[in-house]
Amino acid sequence: MKTDIKISARNLNFYYGKHQALFDNNLDIYANKITAVIGPSGCGKSTHLRIYNRIFELYRNQKATGEVLLDGKNILSSDMDILKLRHRVGMIFQKPTPFPMSIADNVAYPLNLHYKLSRSEIADRVEAALRGASLWDEVKDKLKASGLALSGGQQQRLCIARALAAEPEVLLMDEPTSAIDPVATLRIEELVMELRKKYTIVIVTHNMQQASRISDRTAFFYKGRIVEVDETATIFTNPRHQQTEDYITGRFG
Amino acid sequence: MMTPRSLFFRKCINHLLSLFTFFSISVALGGMGWILYTVFVHGLPVLSWEFLTSPSKPYGEPGAGVGNALLGTLLMTLGATLLAVPPGLAGGVYLAEFGKHSSLASVLRFCANVLMGLPSILVGLFVYAVLVTNTGHFSGLAGTIALAVIMFPVILRTTEDMLLMVPDAMRESALALGMSRMRATLCIVARSARNGLATGILLSLARVSGETAPLLFTALFADTWPGGFFTEPTASAPVLITEYTTNSPFESMHAMGWGTALVIAAFVLLVNIVTRCFFYENRH
Repeated sequence: MKTDIKISARNLNFYYGKHQALFDNNLDIYANKITAVIGPSGCGKSTHLRIYNRIFELYRNQKATGEVLLDGKNILSSDMDILKLRHRVGMIFQKPTPFPMSIADNVAYPLNLHYKLSRSEIADRVEAALRGASLWDEVKDKLKASGLALSGGQQQRLCIARALAAEPEVLLMDEPTSAIDPVATLRIEELVMELRKKYTIVIVTHNMQQASRISDRTAFFYKGRIVEVDETATIFTNPRHQQTEDYITGRFG
Repeated sequence: MMTPRSLFFRKCINHLLSLFTFFSISVALGGMGWILYTVFVHGLPVLSWEFLTSPSKPYGEPGAGVGNALLGTLLMTLGATLLAVPPGLAGGVYLAEFGKHSSLASVLRFCANVLMGLPSILVGLFVYAVLVTNTGHFSGLAGTIALAVIMFPVILRTTEDMLLMVPDAMRESALALGMSRMRATLCIVARSARNGLATGILLSLARVSGETAPLLFTALFADTWPGGFFTEPTASAPVLITEYTTNSPFESMHAMGWGTALVIAAFVLLVNIVTRCFFYENRH
């Protein structure tokens, strides 16, 4: 079966000031698949993810070298428009961050940012995005309420709806369930599996059960290097490297 | 075998320290209560509609009030707010979001700190030297500028502090949607901090409304309504209090000073309470 490669990291190195955090990362992200990134704390998995939309550029002294090809084009080159890149590559963070405005306005924000739409079109798309994040039924009667008034799990799904509203191609998720209770976590996992049909998803997670439950492919990071990338089933049942096996069987990490 | 510490002794220390905190808070609250009580007792008898709405007059003329001083204070305080808020907010945004650790930002931050620590009478002297002596007259405008100079660094630093309290996760999620840096700052980060920003502005407004020293050399005083705000000496409540209570031998003028003090105290209290009700409690 032939699979399209959506993102391809080539010889990627990353530096926090003089400290090198990533070493020669090479990783292919397949279109319409869920790729899980696992590894012990501080192994560089979030750092790696944060290069894909160049969000690290918010901070001084952070620098990436190498290439990240999105549909064959290097996003790290200076002629890549960063606003357009972030329109195509959305991101969900560890802690939910609703903007201090109503639920509807949260989702409408990226729509108004990227498109010229009439009010009714906005309303339709807000509904579609909230349905897509399986939040609609819970909030349809209180769209004018503050996004901050929702529970943690609902806030995270609101953030997913917000990220989906402007129709990105890729969704980066940086430990999206680590600040959320187990029941809400399951709902988000179901949602992520549903989203695979339309989006390419990369999810960083500390939770190995989560990686094995939801992902198609898994990359194991250790000390800034990618030790092993394979089908998730292979990684969890028959890893090629001793380090991978030690980590997934809980012997360290 | 470990020797246990005396439980009795540990409990004694606990009670002693609790007692001490209670005593300290009583002293602080008692002091404030005493001040308010004194102002109230001396000021209340002279309060009347005529007192609040008539202009001040030379001693002995009937129907004197302090309306011109109250209006002058209101105009100068609001004027100073209008002058100080835009550069204060803009500078705070620069320090928190763009300048950060750059050398320009460090210099700016240092200057603002020095300016905040400057005795307010020096600010009055400065405006006197550059504006009053050059234009040849005291004016409400000069007073307004002096108050604005005092407000500016306060608003600048509060803005920076309030913006820095917004977690980076908020900036990142705004940028991750494809917003430009300026839009993320103004529409999302500043909006998250809006209660803190409004609180900072209102509290600095309340503070300068009672400033006396910077007005002595700039707005001076006048027994008229502030019609010549831009070119003539203009009355203000704090200067009226100073003049009436310390430079006048007459009991009736002392009383009017107390009455004005009561109005100012009530105003400052009101601004603080309103700020608290509207901007503190809304926080989630």
